[in-house]
Amino acid sequence: MAANMNPKKNPMPSQPPEVRAHNFNEVALGYTKDAAMDEAMRCLGCKHMPCVSGCPVNIHIPDFITKIKEGDFEGAYQIIAQSSSLPAVCGRVCPQENQCEKHCVRGIKGEPVGIGRLERFVADWHNTYVQEPPKCPVSNGHKVAVIGAGPAGLACAGDLAKKGYQVTIFEALHMPGGVLVYGIPEFRLPKSIVEKEVDTLRALGVKIETNVVIGKTITTDELLGEMGFEAVFIGSGAGLPRFMGIPGESLKGVYSANEYLTRSNLMKAYREDSSTPIMKSRRVAVVGGGNVAMDAARTALRLGAEKVYIVYRRSMEELPARHEEVEHAVEEGVELLLLTNPTEILGYNNPEDKRDPQNGFVTGIRCTKMELGEPDERGRRSPVEIPNSFFTVEVDAVIMAIGTSPNPLIKKTTTGLEVNARGGIIVQEETGATTMEGVYAGGDAVTGAATVILAMGAGKTAASAIDIYLQGN
Amino acid sequence: MYKIIYKKCLNDFVIMMDVEAPLVARKAEPGQFIILRVDENGERIPLTIAGFDQKQGTVRIIFQVVGATTKKLSHKNAGDYLSDFVGPLGTPTHTEGLKKVCIVGGGVGCAIALPVAQKLHAMGCEVHGIIGFRSKDLLILEDEFRACCNQLTVMTDDGSYGRQGVVTLPLEEAIQAGEAYDEVLAIGPLIMMKFVVATTKPYQVKTIVSMNPIMIDGTGMCGGCRLTVGGETKFACVDGPDFDGFSVDFDEAMQRGSIYNNYERHAYSETCNLFTKEVE
Ligand SMILES: Cc1cc2nc3c(=O)[nH]c(=O)nc-3n(C[C@H](O)[C@H](O)[C@H](O)COP(=O)(O)OP(=O)(O)OC[C@H]3O[C@@H](n4cnc5c(N)ncnc54)[C@H](O)[C@@H]3O)c2cc1C
Ligand SMILES: Cc1cc2nc3c(=O)[nH]c(=O)nc-3n(C[C@H](O)[C@H](O)[C@H](O)COP(=O)(O)OP(=O)(O)OC[C@H]3O[C@@H](n4cnc5c(N)ncnc54)[C@H](O)[C@@H]3O)c2cc1C
Ligand code: SF4
Ligand code: FES
Repeated sequence: MAANMNPKKNPMPSQPPEVRAHNFNEVALGYTKDAAMDEAMRCLGCKHMPCVSGCPVNIHIPDFITKIKEGDFEGAYQIIAQSSSLPAVCGRVCPQENQCEKHCVRGIKGEPVGIGRLERFVADWHNTYVQEPPKCPVSNGHKVAVIGAGPAGLACAGDLAKKGYQVTIFEALHMPGGVLVYGIPEFRLPKSIVEKEVDTLRALGVKIETNVVIGKTITTDELLGEMGFEAVFIGSGAGLPRFMGIPGESLKGVYSANEYLTRSNLMKAYREDSSTPIMKSRRVAVVGGGNVAMDAARTALRLGAEKVYIVYRRSMEELPARHEEVEHAVEEGVELLLLTNPTEILGYNNPEDKRDPQNGFVTGIRCTKMELGEPDERGRRSPVEIPNSFFTVEVDAVIMAIGTSPNPLIKKTTTGLEVNARGGIIVQEETGATTMEGVYAGGDAVTGAATVILAMGAGKTAASAIDIYLQGN
Repeated sequence: MYKIIYKKCLNDFVIMMDVEAPLVARKAEPGQFIILRVDENGERIPLTIAGFDQKQGTVRIIFQVVGATTKKLSHKNAGDYLSDFVGPLGTPTHTEGLKKVCIVGGGVGCAIALPVAQKLHAMGCEVHGIIGFRSKDLLILEDEFRACCNQLTVMTDDGSYGRQGVVTLPLEEAIQAGEAYDEVLAIGPLIMMKFVVATTKPYQVKTIVSMNPIMIDGTGMCGGCRLTVGGETKFACVDGPDFDGFSVDFDEAMQRGSIYNNYERHAYSETCNLFTKEVE
């Protein structure tokens, strides 16, 4: 079979921007079988597999693509499943341009192979056509507790359950999924996909106890003590939002991205039948430049905002969000205010009437222009303020998407668990073992806010380490 | 699912329920709260743990019907189930070493104050209670307070029961009369707590207030519950809900509390929400 030498990827069928900016349905619709097979033909099957080295969990990329070329989609799925627990999720949300696709040979002279799109195609094909009989493995009698039902916890629980462990996941919220359900919006990752993954775990015999906050309802020490768990995996994420500390952050209409997205995604505030309120704002400024900022901005549009700005203090090149998300956001009408830093949020105040209900609502955001300074030791050019470049943007809501850190709750209530200066749990990289015997950790709780694939990979790594630890006992 | 074991109406707007939640009951301490969802599409709302029974595995909540969710909750009966009930959340009220305390409760805030009063009483601390209501028909928990207070003053705005006036009146009299309180604990509408602080501050009597901002997760994840305390941003759900009254920015908290007033789908809230009473 001759390779397809088209320099461009097969385009991803998508909802048109003017339509999708007003609904919460998924934006990208997925490859058809023909498009997938055509895209697969662009892969050269390189012997040295540079793409694989770019994949955080080393999916055998050329092998699964070969199966697609052969029309054996289930075969392709099985190859991915050897390395990844959440292909339908990662195919949608991985920053492929910085991972596998960055290293793809086809990317030198044109666009890389659409590896992510192919992964998604294969996973969706499997989910639609293959009814896997839930093979509940024979129990080996060992009990393991998993804290947090995000990608790290789900992956760890899945691998352990397949090996016969009795796994219980404890989740603080009323629904499992972590950021996949409370942070990443429906239009990027339909919740039915996450539900399907969770159902698969349940079919494997994993118990999921929602509404349990470890550190409050039960402590880690109790899990290992009176509750009889022999090992614990901590996948509690990095959910603590940061604020900038500028004046006006307590005004009505200033949200952390976590609050805004949680109201919309987890609590479904965008739907009529939800009783959780969210401000329907007209003009919104989102501060930050990551995926979280893009998600908040695009959610604001869908909730009916006429104008949405991204306020980011560096330039386009440094924008940390996935390219695709930035592109999508701009197509939908989000305006980027780059090299711009907020200095104050302005609010309404009626000096005549202290009881004016408009008092305390956001009216604007005051910003200053920035330029990139000299590169530091690490080559990063940090933004510096241009003197006297103040300007004000009129908005009625401001969403802070400037990062999150690990929640200190578990650390504070677990004796002997050590964390680094940024609050991340200290682990041995190869195993995920923490400073406490029998306690493992992975995902954002260790690294700080990172990616789904890294969290998933860390969950798998810890699962095999827990297996070795318990088999040794 | 969490079963409602017992329900009782304390007055026309305030309802008490015992809910089966053994894991919460096991760890609960006075001053902590739970978050519940009545049903699948329900909102998450915080309610204080007004009591608990570890043997039976039940947790008591006392709530005032102010809006859509509390209304929905009020329609549930013993034997019905709530879809979610998580806790105990927040930091327990600090009670260690206290010898003499004045507890000031306003309206449904008395439900929050009661378990703390009971705990202090059981510790051998001298407890003076001042509880205030708008009128006699809104009075709740009087007997329970009598049982755990060395002295109890009941106040009503309209004088229909007890003494007429606001709670700060007897509080100031007591302080002026030389009652040496280790601490004053104020729990009620923001405006009441603000005035309690204004009363105690000139005398430098340490005053703890229990803050009730809007919450979602209750674990420190959303920041919606943030307050400014002593110039710093604090999350009430994890750092509180109790804070040093002298340091809390009440005006800001009152403003933030009204954010969804335009969105509330229940006209009911206009008339009987003690937590935002007089704030708007
Ligand atoms: C809006 C947004 C968009 C993103 N977009 C992308 C993207 O496009 N691509 C990508 O790769 N990554 C993206 N990320 C990052 C990615 O989602 C995270 O890196 C990943 O979810 C981390 O997984 P985790 O399992 O470590 O933690 P989480 O997903 O945070 O899950 C942790 C879970 O633990 C629970 N928990 C916390 N504390 C406790 C406790 N004490 N007791 C019990 N349970 C507890 C939490 O409720 C949560 O459910 C995004 C993140 C956000 C917020
Ligand atoms: C830590 C804490 C403990 C509380 N304990 C009690 C208690 O023991 N008994 C009791 O009657 N009430 C208590 N409250 C207040 C109670 O949570 C609100 O009255 C309830 O959420 C109102 O919901 P609703 O849908 O019926 O009313 P809505 O119509 O939604 O709102 C009416 C008013 O209630 C307040 N409110 C709304 N949503 C929330 C929310 N998620 N969190 C906090 N306040 C909100 C707002 O000020 C709003 O203006 C507590 C609040 C907090 C934060
Ligand atoms: S680098 Fe690109 S072309 Fe080469 S095997 Fe990987 S996906 Fe195929
Ligand atoms: S309720 Fe979300 S951080 Fe406190």
